Amino acid sequence: MTTRKSWAPYLFLTPAVTLFALFLALPIGYTVYLSLRRTKVSGLGLGKGSKREIFVGLDNYAAAIGDGDLWTGWLRVLGYGVLVLVVMLGLALVFALMLDAARVRLARFSRIAIFLPFAVPGVAASLMWGFLYLPSVSPISELFGVAPLSQSAVVYSMANVAVWGGTGFNMLVLYTNLGAVPQDLYQAARIDGASELQIALRVKIPILAPAIILVTVFSIIATIQVFTEPTALRPLTNTISSTWSPLMKIYRDAFVTGDLYSAAATAAVIAGISLVLSFGFLRVVKNRAFGET
Amino acid sequence: MSVSRRGVRARSAYTYGPLGLVPTGVLLVGAVYCLFPVSWVVIAATKTSGELFSTSTFTPGTGFFQNLADLAAYREGVFWLWMLNTLLYAGGGALLSTAVSAVSGYTLAKYRFAGRNLIFNILIGGILVPAVVLAIPQYLLFAKVGLADTYWSVLLPQILHPYSIYLARVYAGAAIPDSLLEAGRIDGASHWTLLTRVALPLMGPGMVTIFLFQFVAIWNNFLLPFIMLGDDGKFPLTVGLYTMLAAGANHPSLYNLILIGTFLALIPLIALFLTMQRFWRTDLSSGAVKA
Repeated sequence: MTTRKSWAPYLFLTPAVTLFALFLALPIGYTVYLSLRRTKVSGLGLGKGSKREIFVGLDNYAAAIGDGDLWTGWLRVLGYGVLVLVVMLGLALVFALMLDAARVRLARFSRIAIFLPFAVPGVAASLMWGFLYLPSVSPISELFGVAPLSQSAVVYSMANVAVWGGTGFNMLVLYTNLGAVPQDLYQAARIDGASELQIALRVKIPILAPAIILVTVFSIIATIQVFTEPTALRPLTNTISSTWSPLMKIYRDAFVTGDLYSAAATAAVIAGISLVLSFGFLRVVKNRAFGET
Repeated sequence: MSVSRRGVRARSAYTYGPLGLVPTGVLLVGAVYCLFPVSWVVIAATKTSGELFSTSTFTPGTGFFQNLADLAAYREGVFWLWMLNTLLYAGGGALLSTAVSAVSGYTLAKYRFAGRNLIFNILIGGILVPAVVLAIPQYLLFAKVGLADTYWSVLLPQILHPYSIYLARVYAGAAIPDSLLEAGRIDGASHWTLLTRVALPLMGPGMVTIFLFQFVAIWNNFLLPFIMLGDDGKFPLTVGLYTMLAAGANHPSLYNLILIGTFLALIPLIALFLTMQRFWRTDLSSGAVKA
């Protein structure tokens, strides 16, 4: 560890700090700035200078919070998000524990196969599943007795794409963390007569708690921003509206309707909600998971 | 450590039944679920437009080369351009990203200086910022300086990757012995020499891992290029395939092109993925290279 005074560390950090300033801090600041402004049209709105940007305080936020479309979007994403988080992380945990089980065959093949969807872009995953959902292409709809892209099933079909794409990565994170556990711990439990299932539940899961928390927070952040899957599935069905998720609404406001100010306010609201959820989740589970130790 | 671990695993045989049927079975079901759409798209890419809707799901078709020729002819071969663009974005972006992350991680791990923790915490805080809050203002700012709808607009915002900096810091802390740096310093090596001759070579395997994750993240990104780009000659595959679908949703004759396009888009990543197995690790804290 170098302790003497030097300019070197600052020079070495210049690229990262510059990129941070330009592509993170500046856009965030600009979003906040835009969210507080609006174009005001004076007179008939004709000619130069008749349109100017004015400061409107929190008006855009009030409008964003009072927007019915946005709230329906939030509710949809909440249902979708809970479904994805529970199923995806549940499967990831089960697979990780199974990979780590004492006697398991073909573990390498299964691990690679389950991690494979990580290498598939979300758009491609949505396209593949989207086509498989078409009754004329695959028997999936007959199998489940309902068209996957119909109004009642589309949320589940979309969740399936996200679960398919995300399980492997989370499994790998959890499995890697299990590898760091000292084996004497398991030996001790076995000598005490614990079954493999008991070891998984009583020893491995508590040890994994910090990793589970980490993947949950990342998954919450990713799920709130769901955009790719519904956007890519839209051309195949008319059951997904252009404001299906809050992020899709922001995109529409900014680029289709051309209302940047509302889009900026909504984006800031989404960022706020996702920060609150992530930190809230961290607080709750930290008290639970680490409160006793 | 990893060797003894394997030994212990093999010895503890008395669980989940004699053959481990439960975990093996569950994992195989998971594997089949994960391989199902990928294997289907491989088969679907061989079907002609008629066969796609008439033959049973997993029956190979006879139209692979026709599909390939049709795709190559689609809008004067724009698909190959998308492929090259994607390589450029993912390759160039991941390379720059890895360099920035490695240098930052090494500095944060091995130097002690005023503001170190502050800088680290601010950089890491970036993990929590949702991409959406960034992509739209990034577009507006790029538009202001006339760089929207350019290669730069997709490349530049993806270089800084807070999680990679975190990983690089952890890895540098574990892989670079302080004594080595101290010895170099006594020999009169400059900071730059220590960075390029001592630190970065030792961080090699960790940098490969960071590169791979960043490469896949950029390759798979849809939102940023979708927002930044208007000219389809600069599209990456994700945006290109989406526009094909959006244009072709009502023309089932285009479905074959989309499916073979999807199939071709998967090949490079899956190849990279299978050949680089040992670098796909999510935990770099064990540092000093067992791979």
